[in-house]
Amino acid sequence: MAINVTEQRDSATYIAIADEMTIYTALEQKNELLPHLKPNHQLQLDLSGVSEIDSAGMQLLIHMKQKAQELDNEFSLVQHSQAVVEVIGLFNLTSFFGDPVVITVDRSTF
Amino acid sequence: MEIDLGPALIIFMQEAKDLLEEMESSLLALEDNPDDSETVNSVFRAMHTIKGSSGLFGFNPVVSFTHEAETVLDHVRNGERKIDDALISILLDCKDHTASLLEFCVESPEAEVTDELTAAGDQLVQQLTGNDNVSDTLAIINVDDQEATVESLDDVKDMADSWLISLAFKADAFRMGVDPLSFFRYLKTLGDIQRALVITTDIPSTDDFDPENCYLNCKLAFKSDADKQTIEDVFEFAADDCDINILPPNSKVETYLSLLDDLSESHIQRLGDILVEVGALTKNDISKAIQTQENSDTDPTQGKKPLGEILVEQQVVQPAVVDKALEKQQEVKQKVATEASFIRVDSNKLGQLIDLVGELVISGAAMDLMVGKHGLADVEEVAETMNNLVSGIRDTALDLRMVPIGETFSRFRRVVRDVSKELSKDIELKISGGETELDKTVVEKINDPLTHLIRNSLDHGIEGPEERLQVGKSEKGQIQLTAKHQSGHIIIQIIDDGAGLNKERIVAKAVSNGIIQEDHNLSDQEIYNLIFAAGLSTKEQASDLSGRGVGMDVVRRNIEALRGSVNIDSREGKGTTITIQLPLTLAIIDGFMVEASNERYIIPLSMVEECVEMNGDNWRVDEVQNYVNLRGVAMPYLRLSEYFNAAKVESANKQGRQSLVVVRLGKKKAGFVVDELHGEHQTVIKPLGKVFENLEGLTGATVLGDGNVALILDVQGLIKAATA
Repeated sequence: MAINVTEQRDSATYIAIADEMTIYTALEQKNELLPHLKPNHQLQLDLSGVSEIDSAGMQLLIHMKQKAQELDNEFSLVQHSQAVVEVIGLFNLTSFFGDPVVITVDRSTF
Repeated sequence: MEIDLGPALIIFMQEAKDLLEEMESSLLALEDNPDDSETVNSVFRAMHTIKGSSGLFGFNPVVSFTHEAETVLDHVRNGERKIDDALISILLDCKDHTASLLEFCVESPEAEVTDELTAAGDQLVQQLTGNDNVSDTLAIINVDDQEATVESLDDVKDMADSWLISLAFKADAFRMGVDPLSFFRYLKTLGDIQRALVITTDIPSTDDFDPENCYLNCKLAFKSDADKQTIEDVFEFAADDCDINILPPNSKVETYLSLLDDLSESHIQRLGDILVEVGALTKNDISKAIQTQENSDTDPTQGKKPLGEILVEQQVVQPAVVDKALEKQQEVKQKVATEASFIRVDSNKLGQLIDLVGELVISGAAMDLMVGKHGLADVEEVAETMNNLVSGIRDTALDLRMVPIGETFSRFRRVVRDVSKELSKDIELKISGGETELDKTVVEKINDPLTHLIRNSLDHGIEGPEERLQVGKSEKGQIQLTAKHQSGHIIIQIIDDGAGLNKERIVAKAVSNGIIQEDHNLSDQEIYNLIFAAGLSTKEQASDLSGRGVGMDVVRRNIEALRGSVNIDSREGKGTTITIQLPLTLAIIDGFMVEASNERYIIPLSMVEECVEMNGDNWRVDEVQNYVNLRGVAMPYLRLSEYFNAAKVESANKQGRQSLVVVRLGKKKAGFVVDELHGEHQTVIKPLGKVFENLEGLTGATVLGDGNVALILDVQGLIKAATA
């Protein structure tokens, strides 16, 4: 399974997704991720390993964000991979997620 | 509800097979020429199309596998990944794997894919993506793109210049392989996405959320110079899975308005066509709106909603544009109304023109002859061009005399009304094909025969109301009058649903009048056509209108004088159909030129059935009674040279090879014996003049290119002469 719970604390869960987030993985990932979305809790997804994301994957993230708001869960995305950054940008959802997007690629290699 | 995919599946398999074969040959071509983007595209298309169609049939293993290949190919296409021999061989394996997956899915659609196949697939996917180490560079490129987009998002000053695109995806969109992202990406190649709004509120936050359903709706402000059709084409393949709405930018409205101003005013167009022409709408928009219009519940008092209103409601166009287009339409209508005038021309002048054109055709032929004779190769081309022009002029000139037959037809409404009242019958006249055109002279001359035939149908054909009810027909009788074009002729039909012809009565009458023998051997058709013989009327009580038996033979003669024919068919109790066949014009015909005793004759080409060698060895020829047995069919024959010039017959002719031209008129056949066949000939018909008016067997003459005269044969008369 490409979803690793890297850290599990009483108040927070850190998960790294090391897989694509597409229509093919959406159902599985939903089933994996949603149990970690607990009320008054913190959930952080590390997206650095997301090689590819499509609309279905983005939709899953939106869904989780919305659900988290309902549950008062502090839901955040970190370490966005370029694929994720691109899609969030295209969909103009940066402010919706409200997470600082860090551009991780070293520009000096350019 | 189960949809039967059987036939579609067969088509899909065939298509997939073709695509895979194409993919294979493309891949092999890429080995030699790896930079050919068109070939890469065709490989990509193969995977893409198979993926899409497989989704339709629910072949998920195929979809997910081809998706991988497609992704890699997309990178290749964008130049983000280099295609090399290694990749080509992996892709070739992918092609094979896709084929086996497809086969498996078709054979056992319900079953899970075997481990073997899955493993093979996984391995290929690994190979495909494993050495995909280019993705880092890809990311860098995207970062820059990204920043640019972010900046432009804030820059909304000139939103008025943007297209507003709304996309409402259907739940199945993802499963059908439609990804909103791909539209975003593609649109970026056409212009700037100035603002994107993904409406997330439709995503359920409850457990109903199905991650494979699409809940997304998007609104885009898109700045581009592309026209509406181009933008719509972006979404073309998703049209089934997505409701698309494209509203042109306000700045475009100005353009449309000025385009509308400049629109040609030559003809009236429909509103939709106008809007499509200036590019404000696409054909798709229009057909959708028309569908809405048709499906809307019609309030009988209000009628249907105007198309323009629907278009504005559907937000595909600004009201200002529709208003302008309507205004324009009105303007053009008025203009055309004032301009749609006719020039009245003296028909003699037209006749003169046609005569001149006839001469032109003849001198054209003469010139051809000369060019051929002197072998002037360089003149030939010029002559050819001129000949084309001459035929164009000929057609146009003849067209001037063409008038629709509708006017003549509608006169019969009155006839039918008056006569049916007089006879206390209830009869309805149905007219169709009134727009069919034919030569004015023909129209004038066909009027009387038609009147007669229709009166006949009214009087004899259609029964009285009581009689009709008794035989189980509706009280109201019906006569149909139709016209249509058929291979250079016009066919006019008079169809009634009356009692039909009474065979026995016709035969009895014909026998008593001595038209046929009692031991006749006639087909039904021939019997029916007897009513065109002189002196035959079966109506016991002659009425004022018809029934004296003097009419039908005159009708036939009139029609034949126009080089036409008339035929009658009938089913007792069901009705009668009279079919009149007429040439379109009386001025110029396609003829078949033959020669006998150095004299040339023209036979109307439409009447020529075949040409054979006149040879006693092949056909049994009865020289005494002038009959020839052609493949078991006996027919009379006529030696044209003897018939027209008995005195000058030279015995020499008999030694030469002779041909038999078989002509046919209706059911009758006859043969003409000639010395030589010259083939088809554009024939300008010239009247023979008073002196020859009563000459049997000829209808006219024509002037040949070399100045000689050829006689046009009256086939009807000659057949009669041959039979006698």
